[in-house]
Amino acid sequence: MPLDASLAGRSYPASAPYEIGREKLRELAEALGDTTPAYVDPDAARALGYPEVVAPPTFPFLVAWRGLAPLLADPELGIGLERVVHGDQRFALARPLQAGDRVTGAATVESVRVVGGNALISVRVDLRAEDGEELGSAWSSLLVRAPEAAA
Amino acid sequence: MSRRPAADVAVGDELPPLTVRLGRADLVRYAGASGDFNPIHWDEQAALAIGLPGVVAHGMLSMAQAARVLTDWAGDPGAVVEYSVRFTKPVVVPAAPDVAELVVAGRVTEVLDGGRVRVELTATSAGVKVLGQARAVLQLA
Repeated sequence: MPLDASLAGRSYPASAPYEIGREKLRELAEALGDTTPAYVDPDAARALGYPEVVAPPTFPFLVAWRGLAPLLADPELGIGLERVVHGDQRFALARPLQAGDRVTGAATVESVRVVGGNALISVRVDLRAEDGEELGSAWSSLLVRAPEAAA
Repeated sequence: MSRRPAADVAVGDELPPLTVRLGRADLVRYAGASGDFNPIHWDEQAALAIGLPGVVAHGMLSMAQAARVLTDWAGDPGAVVEYSVRFTKPVVVPAAPDVAELVVAGRVTEVLDGGRVRVELTATSAGVKVLGQARAVLQLA
């Protein structure tokens, strides 16, 4: 299947569960320099009504990235990661992800526009807990530059 | 910390702005934490080779930093129920000891039903707008 509008609607299998751990959330918060207590302190999270430390609102991208992997590695499409530019990103979240969650991401291509050899892919990754709870979705627009335009 | 009450919020309210200093070491640290090891975020030659002016920050790093204006103001990270940005220009990060500055501000643009508000963010670096159409919906108390 070529990288064109005919790809719209194609779904990829859900990723293996991403298990969110306290130390990963601490590592990310520290990398951001974000001192929000609910990211690292279970008591602070409980004070806000969460059973566990929670993830920042863009953390779901780490799960979504796993969901995007089969699309980006699809041998029929031949997308080289070095040719991909992140155009925009959107999240809709039912609740914050939290330590202990085991989350899968399943990608569906919503549209593809080809302009001058470059392809703009809009893809949605649906995030689900292992027990089936719907956690939200992450939408990415990825510009795949034409091979001859890439250095 | 507790979630900000929606009753206290009106259209036009400004969220406290945030200035984040980003050096190359911060990009390396974010690369490790996020798992995005694209060399354009730490290797000058790799960045120049694809036509960038130099090492640039991860788009998702800028998006995550901008979100701090939302979560700090809302008082609860779980208040962010929708959040979107367009990566309009890269944040160019110079070699140490210099750093780039990312300046983020926000404003309430709409009060919705059910305690929700719409917020628009601006994010600039070296005077250049780096995030476009940066918008969020927050569920307040």
